[in-house]
Amino acid sequence: MSTSSRVLVAGEGQGEVLHLGEGISFWGAVDPLNGTIIDQRHPMAGQGIGARVLVMNRAVGSSSGSAILLETLHRGCGPAGIVLAEADQILTLGAVVAREMGYGVIPVVQLDAVFFERLSGVVSIDSEGIIESVR
Amino acid sequence: MQGVLNYNEEQRDFLQGVHGEAAAMAMRILSDMARVEGVRDFVAVTSAHVDGCVYHGDTGCYFAEKLASAGARVRIPTSLNVGAMDLRQPSNVLLEGATRDLAIRQMNAYVAMGCTPSWTCAPYQAGFRPSPGEQVAWAESNAVVFANSVLGARSNRYGDFLDICCAITGYAPNSGLHRPENRLATLVIDASGLSRSLKKRDDFYPVLGWWLGHTVGAKVAAIVGLPLDVSEDRLKALGAAAASTGAVGLFHVVGVTPEAPTLERALGGAEAVKRIVLNREILLDTHRRMSPAGDEQLDVVALGSPHFSISEFKVLLGLLKGRKAAIPIYVCTGRHVIDELGPLGLLNGLDASNITVVADTCVVVTPVLSSDGGVLMTNSGKFAHYGKSLTGHDVVFGSLEECVNSAIAGRVIRDKAAWGVA
Repeated sequence: MSTSSRVLVAGEGQGEVLHLGEGISFWGAVDPLNGTIIDQRHPMAGQGIGARVLVMNRAVGSSSGSAILLETLHRGCGPAGIVLAEADQILTLGAVVAREMGYGVIPVVQLDAVFFERLSGVVSIDSEGIIESVR
Repeated sequence: MQGVLNYNEEQRDFLQGVHGEAAAMAMRILSDMARVEGVRDFVAVTSAHVDGCVYHGDTGCYFAEKLASAGARVRIPTSLNVGAMDLRQPSNVLLEGATRDLAIRQMNAYVAMGCTPSWTCAPYQAGFRPSPGEQVAWAESNAVVFANSVLGARSNRYGDFLDICCAITGYAPNSGLHRPENRLATLVIDASGLSRSLKKRDDFYPVLGWWLGHTVGAKVAAIVGLPLDVSEDRLKALGAAAASTGAVGLFHVVGVTPEAPTLERALGGAEAVKRIVLNREILLDTHRRMSPAGDEQLDVVALGSPHFSISEFKVLLGLLKGRKAAIPIYVCTGRHVIDELGPLGLLNGLDASNITVVADTCVVVTPVLSSDGGVLMTNSGKFAHYGKSLTGHDVVFGSLEECVNSAIAGRVIRDKAAWGVA
């Protein structure tokens, strides 16, 4: 399976898909020290975002979510890639600043939510926005 | 075609490093964000208000120091939001060890880039007041909504990282509220049926703002039926609450705010998509939901979000009448207020009354309050929204007078005539 998406931040990444549904406020819901989802109201509470490909409609909540994503990437517990249904400034900015700071480059891409069900298992994203199923 | 941006010569120079690597990095970040927003060009901005100076994690400090050490300087007048330290009274803040050092280093890095150490979330009270129609890049949601709505300046809701990039380059992506067509109201909120006595109360405005944010999200609303002499402090409270519970960046008050001399002008001559008539029940319900802790217990009172103005301070002192509070009162404000009230002797003896004045920072962005939790009472819609998640305290909302009377009594005292609630 191969799916084409719109590139928001160009990069290459591979990881196990983690569906986050409507979205998540990184500020307050993700522990910046270890990448664990700590918002007990979120269906994925307790899961780690580290090395996963996050799939969600959009980030919600405070713009400080950019700083939390940056912090996880700096500490090596950040995601391997992000797939969003809506072009979202919060997470995109965090990924762009991580690139500028030399904390690594992760792909952030936009994909219509109707294609989300295609994403499962381990996927890779390339710098052109092609998402492929690895296993 | 996606990704192609229209740069002017100056912007191209920034990208090519003519003004140094820090400015090139700032322009690259702005370019990425313009592409994400789907716009092709930039708008020149004449001032910035930067929020990135508050410590959320080590990388916030490293980012600022990277820019500063690469020689970044702001090109436009730039005020600073609160940091994570009270630099005037460091013992007010309970941060420890390496985190405390990083929080101070982060604040210093922004000053080194040429930002003004205003350290306030209410720069509009400290002389930073752009003119109507002026394009600016402001961060901190309450400052943005005030600049847009009350001053008529034009800013998107900027945040960490992007704010300083705008300040260094003097440019912002030409999107959102920078464009006149996005500033028109699409919703009408009709408050004309509410009683005059309700609209005279200070706590009416954060309640209205709280409801507005929940109801309109990021949409622009025009409110009709508010008193034409409504004060800046009240519009500040309304906007801060709306920007906390929703993503409100701009609202209009017909007959009051600069882009709404008439309802027709606020709507740009178009029909409203929706009209909502406010009634007492809607606001009573909101008022009740702002106090999830109930009125059984009270441990601390926190005031000043956004930072207390000089006029609010004077009202507070008048209500206290020199009495001593039974529980601690924290008042957050800007150093400009202390500089003005201190020499008049108005702040003398507050310690003895159990009142701590916190400047340069605020009780929800850094540890100031006891970490044991408890119940916090506030007159701020913004504190009411963030208090539980950021301080661990359960929250009770009330008017300034209710907060003062409650602090003196050590238990929640309500003005029952007002909202008809216990």
